[in-house]
Order: sequence, then C-alpha cells, then structure tokens
Amino acid sequence: MTTTAPPRPAAPAGPPSPPSLGRRVAARLLRWWRQLTAMRTALMLLFLLALAAIPGSLLPQRSLSQSKVTEYFRDHPSLAPVLDRLYLFDVFGSPWFSAVYLLLFISLIGCIVPRAVEYARSVVAAPPPAPRHLRRLPEHTELRTTLDGDAALDVVEEELRVRRFRVVRRTRAHGPELSAEKGHLKEAGNLLFHVSLLAILVALAGGKMFGYEGSIVLTEGDGFCNSFQNYDTYSAGPLVQGSDLGDLCVDLRSFQATYEDDLTAASFSADIDYGPAGSATRDTTISVNHPLRTDGDRVYVTGHGFSPCFTVTLPDGTEPATDECRPFLPTETRTMSSEGVLKLPDLGPGQTDQLAVAGFFAPTGVVQGGLLTSIDPRPLSPQVAVQVFRGYLGLDSGIPQSVYQIDQTQVERGRLVQVGSANLTAGESFTLDDGTRVTFTGVREFAAIQVSHDPGQVYVLIASIGIMIGSLAMLLLSRERVFARAGPGAGGAGTVLSIGSLTRGSGETGPRFQALTDDLQDALTTRAADGARRTTTPATSPDGAEHAEPEAPPR
Amino acid sequence: MSADQWATLSNTSFSIAVGLYSLAVIAFCAELAFGGVRQADPVRELVGAGGPVERPRPPQDLAPPPESDRGRRYGALAMGLTVLGALAHLTVLVARAAGTDRWPWGNMYEFATASVLVAVVAYLSFAFRAPSLRHIGVFVMGPAVLCMVLVGLFLYAEAGPVVASLRSAWLAVHVSSVVLAMGLFFTSGIASVMYLVRTRYDARVLAGDAPASRVVHRLPLAATLDRTAHRIAICAFPIWTFGVIAGAIWAESAWGRFWGWDPKETWAFIAWVVYAAYLHARATAGWRGRPAAWVNVIGLVVMIFNLLYVNLVSTGLHSYAGVGN
Ligand code: HEM
Repeated sequence: MTTTAPPRPAAPAGPPSPPSLGRRVAARLLRWWRQLTAMRTALMLLFLLALAAIPGSLLPQRSLSQSKVTEYFRDHPSLAPVLDRLYLFDVFGSPWFSAVYLLLFISLIGCIVPRAVEYARSVVAAPPPAPRHLRRLPEHTELRTTLDGDAALDVVEEELRVRRFRVVRRTRAHGPELSAEKGHLKEAGNLLFHVSLLAILVALAGGKMFGYEGSIVLTEGDGFCNSFQNYDTYSAGPLVQGSDLGDLCVDLRSFQATYEDDLTAASFSADIDYGPAGSATRDTTISVNHPLRTDGDRVYVTGHGFSPCFTVTLPDGTEPATDECRPFLPTETRTMSSEGVLKLPDLGPGQTDQLAVAGFFAPTGVVQGGLLTSIDPRPLSPQVAVQVFRGYLGLDSGIPQSVYQIDQTQVERGRLVQVGSANLTAGESFTLDDGTRVTFTGVREFAAIQVSHDPGQVYVLIASIGIMIGSLAMLLLSRERVFARAGPGAGGAGTVLSIGSLTRGSGETGPRFQALTDDLQDALTTRAADGARRTTTPATSPDGAEHAEPEAPPR
Repeated sequence: MSADQWATLSNTSFSIAVGLYSLAVIAFCAELAFGGVRQADPVRELVGAGGPVERPRPPQDLAPPPESDRGRRYGALAMGLTVLGALAHLTVLVARAAGTDRWPWGNMYEFATASVLVAVVAYLSFAFRAPSLRHIGVFVMGPAVLCMVLVGLFLYAEAGPVVASLRSAWLAVHVSSVVLAMGLFFTSGIASVMYLVRTRYDARVLAGDAPASRVVHRLPLAATLDRTAHRIAICAFPIWTFGVIAGAIWAESAWGRFWGWDPKETWAFIAWVVYAAYLHARATAGWRGRPAAWVNVIGLVVMIFNLLYVNLVSTGLHSYAGVGN
C-alpha cells in the first residue's frame, strides 16, 4: 500500500572556474529574468498597473468621448497639449500603460512556467520526507501508545487515507516515518487563474485587432447596410478591411419609448427588418439590454430622439423637400427638447439659393412669452420653433460641418441670412418673404443604432470563467501536509508518535488538526486494546513480531 | 400595503436602524472602557482549545486582559443592539423591494445602504465566532453609523421605478455580488486598520515605552486581526471578480461592449488589482504583516473613492439616477 520515495539527486558540485564573457552576459540576463519574475516585482507591477489606470478615469478619454476631450482642450489651452503628448487622453492605449501590463505578463509567464513544471512533477512525485524537527511545524503534537512504531504508523496511515491524503512510508535515520499530502487542486487553481489572465490579454488583443464598431442615426422608415461609408462614426481594428464587414442590412420600421407615470424611461425598443443586402426581411425587436446577435455582428439601440419633418414649397409650386425628416439632437433627456436643421443645398442653379430650416423641437411644447419649451419627453403635442436661413450653406467649403447645426461662420460673414421664423404645431405652415412655404408636417422617432463586431469576446468570456474557477480553487482550498515519526516511549516502553502538519491556504488549521489527532488517539487506543486481546504476547513486545501481518486500510 | 406605506416603512426603519446602531456603538464603547478586571486575574483564557495541542503563544503582557462580568454584559448588549439594528436595516431594503417591485439597489441610496448592511452582517458573523472581535465593534459600527447618516443626508432618493437600462436580470446578479463584496472588503479593511493600530502598540509595549492604553490593549491580538482581515478578503475577492465579470456581461448587452474603461469600470479594475496585490503581499517575503495590511487599507480607500467620487462627481454610463449629474 505504501510507495517508496525516489532517491533525491545530489547537488552537483564542481570546482569554480573563471566565467567567460558569454557566460557573464548570460548570468546577468538570468539575474534580470529572475528579478523580473520574482513575486516582489509582480507586486510592484501590480501597483504600477493600478496607478497607471487612475489618470484614465480622471481625465476625459478619446475612446469614451471625443467631445469631452475637445472641451478640455478649449478650457485648458496650454495644459492640454502637454497632457496629450503624454498620452493622457488615450491612457489605455498609451505606450506606458501597455509597457506596464506587458512587463507584468512577461513576469507572469516567468512565474507560471516553473510553477507548472513543479506542479506536474509534484503530482506524480511522492510527498517529501518529514522534516527533522517536527515540533517546529505550525501544528504539532505527540501521542503515546502501547503499539510498536510500525503498527502506530499503520493507524496514522489509515486515518489519513480515509481523509484522502496520499501517504508515503519511509524509514530513515530517526526512525520509521510517514509523509502525507493532499490539496493539489489548490495549486491547479492557482495555475488556472494565472494562465487565464494571460488568455484574457490575448483574447482582448485579438478582439481589438479584428473588431469594429459603427454607429448611425436612423429615422423610422430608413435603413442602412454594414459598410464604413454608411456609418456616421466608426472605429475598426488595424487588421480589418472594408470587405471583411459582415453582409448585414437593417431597416428601422418603428421605434417606441415608454415611460412610467413619473416620466422615468421604462423601455426603448426598435422594430427592425434585417438580413443580407437585398433581402433584409427577417424582423425582430431590439431594445436596451436585448440586442440582435447575428453571425458575429451585434446590433444595439443606444439612443433615441425625434426627427421633425418638413415640406418646403417654392413659389413656383415645386417641392424641393416633401415630408423630409431630419434627426434633431436631444439637448435635454428629461424633456427631450432637441435641436437640429434641415439643409436644402440644391434649390436653384446659384450657390446662394440654398435654404436651411433650423430649429428647436419640443415633443410636448408650451409657448411662454413667445418662447417654446418642452415639458414632457413623449410626443403629446409636438411643436417646433424654426428659423429659416437663405444663402450659402458652406457644405462644399471643404470644412466638415455638423448635421445638427448650420455653419455659423457663413452667418457671421453675411453669406447666410435669416429670412423668417415661426412657432409651428404639426400641420401648420408659414410663408417667407418670397412666397416660399415651410410646413411642419409631423414628427417621427429616430434610433441611434450601433453595430459591433468583436471576435475576441467569446474567448474573453471563457478566460473569465477560468479566472473565476481558478480563484475559487486557489483561495478556498488548502494544501495540507502531515508528517509523523515513531520513536521509543519514555524508558523504552511503548511508542511516542510525533505528528506535525503544515497547511498552505486559508481556513482555521488548528481545529482540523485537533480533530485529526483526537481521532488518531481513539484509533490507537482501540487498536492497542484489540492487539492485547488477540495475542498472548504483550502489546509492548519490543520486537513487534506479531505485526508481520499488515493490516490493509479500510476502503 | 400600498407603495406609499412600504416607502414610509422603509424610511422609518432607516431611522430605527441608525438609532439602534448608535446605541450599539455606545455599548461597545462601554465594554471597551469599563470591561476590564481591576486587579490582575490569575485565571487566563486559554488561547488554544486545551488538550495536547501546543502552539506558540503571544507574550503574556500583549494578550488582552480578561473581561469582567460587567464588560461581558455590555458586550452582549452591544451585540444584541447590533442584531436588532441589522434587522431594521434589512427591513429598509425589503420594504423598498416590496414597494417598488424590483431589487432594492436601483440607486446610490439603496446601493450604499445595502453595502453597509453587508459590512455589519459580516462583522456580526465573525464576532459571534470569535468573541474577542467584539472589542473592535466600536470601530466597525462607528463608521457604519457615520456612513448611514451621510447616506441618509446626501444620497436619499425616493422609492420609485428604475430606468430602462437597469431593468435586467443582471441587476440582481451584478449589483448583488458587488454589494456583497464591497461590504466584506469594508470589514476586512477595518480589521487591517485595527491590526496596524495594534501592532504599533505592541511594538511600543515590547520596546518598553508602553503608552499603557487600556483601550488598545483590549483589542484582539494582532494575529487574530490579521487573519480575520485576510479571511474576509479571500471570501470577497472571488465575489468581486464575479461581480466585475457579471457587469461586463451585462454591459455587453446594455451598452454594446463588455469593457470600455468607463470611470466606474476603471475603478473596479483598480480595486481588483489592489486586492490581488494584497493577496500577493500576504504571500511575499518581506511584505507580510504591516506592509500587506497597508495594501488592504489602500484597497479600502479605493473602494470608498469608487463608491463616492465615481458615482457623485465623475460622469459615465454608471451614474445612478437621483444624485450627481
Ligand atoms: C506576473 C507575475 C505574477 C507572479 C510571479 C505571481 C505569483 C503568484 C504566486 C506565487 C502565488 C501563490 C501565493 C500563494 O499561494 O499564497 C500567487 C497567487 C495569487 N496571484 Fe499571482 N502572480 C503574478 C501575477 C498575478 C497577477 C497579474 C494577478 C492578478 C491581477 C495575480 C493574482 C494572484 C492572486 C489573487 C493570488 C492568490 C494569493 C493567495 O493564494 O493568497 N497574480 N501569485
């Protein structure tokens, strides 16, 4: 039942020779490697990582909101460029943040590999021999018995095997001894945890390389197909080609926002048709917390608002815009008051015949002292306050402009002139000086739609599960070693069992050791009594001859 | 009961809980101040459970002195008041849940209230198992009362429905685990603070310039405090890890990406790294003991910063309705 320990290799001892240059360099490199992979270094790198993440939460980040960064540049014109040169607006993609985590992960590899090897070896190897001084172990006790040494150790072995320890018996200079061990799962958990950390980094990096994200504002009745030209904004990993984008088109049929009595938003949902280009015919409803997942692409509703619609009729009866809707940007989410503009650049042959209907939209409008405000986010009584501009819009000036605003520089230069203004409810119209009629025909909802593709995220999830399982095993299990040695009792009578245990991990070890030794004491007493009854020889017989018949541990 | 009645019950329970906790603090104080035995008592409480087990014992003059009957009575009273307070505290949340028909952590007020409850319950369960931990009661319940008062004054939000993005099963999974881990980390952090106080005192006693503080002397042994802090942190770390992962899974369906370095996410990450560092420090030569305890205290500071600054001052997807921006 017992295994014998393999002989331990002796340490090689050679005479020291003066090291060559190559060897000195190798030694220096090895020392650096050792330093990098020391627990102490890992600890410092963990601190550095925590520290390095802090500015990313205190300063505006481009990845979160470009507009906040722009605002910061405006508010701190001298400080901002300096911070920018230090990558403080792109902390999580900065070279120094990457340097910290890459060093940490190199250190992690250097820590995992030897531990994995050690682990593999210890799984097959026998528990190590008992230390010389068992009393120096954290838990230690001595039990007295009338059994002889080997019989007493048999009892210990049985008790430990019942408790699922692996047991080795040896006889060394200080007498017969026993080593037992259990809890390899703790170590396996530790390895799983640290390997999963590496895996998560690889999965994240892969996702960043091959992932993309595009967003677009869609008014009810409109649609788009998945290609970078179509998005209002997009970002893509360096290894993504335009042709890699999934074949997906989405049409927004309708959008609903519902509210509680106290105007808390209760749900946003969009009814869409989707499918490959040319046959976007499958319908579904997406909402907050319930995106559409299809072939690696995910489609989300990330926001909503209103698109007021206008009809513009020229004096000659032509309609350059018929029930034309433009999304207005919500300026206040509580009441959904919004601002936007309908730009009509192609009214006539001249560059100065362009028209813009800019305005303020209130889903539930009230006019107080001529000023329109909104009092409810629901479109109960939609109204617009519009200003109509005529002149040059500056769309082809080469400077990109917002689709929600007219170009103020053209107004300042006098090339775009306000020619009328009015407050309109749905269906109302007003006429400009030249007879052009502007009608507020009604309003539709728009949805902000985001399409995301991240091939790494499944692997991130798998690695996270590894982290979870690994941390549970590593933190909640413990590795225990128990050693026992039998020595002669006082005056040569009976045996003194010296027992010690060493535990790595959490938990109270005292009570557990106490329970073990209590059980052992009982078992020893029972066994001694049995032995005394079964044999005529006194159990204290010095040669212990009757013990040639070994007792198999109960299974 | 109507929603209004539930809301009233919840608010009343909040006041009752604060009141009971305050009384418990006074009783804990009394135990600490008047619980000592006047003259040296020869009968010492055994450290181990007796029997053949021999373990290294602390120097006799560092062990907390035995407690008088009066002290024990104050201690029992304090524990009783804390338990009653915790029941009232639980009622705050249960009534909120009943009145609003949702999980009672839809805003900062409810979230912070729940976190403090976890801290109190964690402390109670440890103090019942190891009675010497009763002596740090005032240092746990004192901050708890302070937190409750601040929460009541500055974070209060009427009972009401939550916004659309919070209507998800992940609210229960993610926020529950985060609340649980947070409360545990608070308790662990306080144990580490007490450990730092105690070891400093011990070092001075051993150096001979004992400030003879009866109060500090009655704190649990340094080793007990350190072990308590570590064991709580070990429970909390996987829960926190799970909470962060659950949050990422939720964010993937609510915000279109599982991780975006939103301020709250960033601070969750920082806290996670700091606690990993704490667990490492406990296993690194030269970092055991006081340095490791300091790392845990940094973790406590990060947690509080995360709870207050990130929710109240910075903007991000996480900001709860009702406070801040
Ligand atoms: C990169 C170098 C790293 C090294 C050399 C390293 C080494 C170790 C070692 C030796 C242990 C075992 C301690 C014990 O069993 O008591 C351990 C445990 C642990 N490691 Fe790491 N690790 C590294 C990186 C990390 C990282 C990056 C994290 C997480 C951010 C981490 C988190 C943990 C945790 C939580 C434990 C559990 C501590 C315990 O058992 O009490 N490690 N690590």
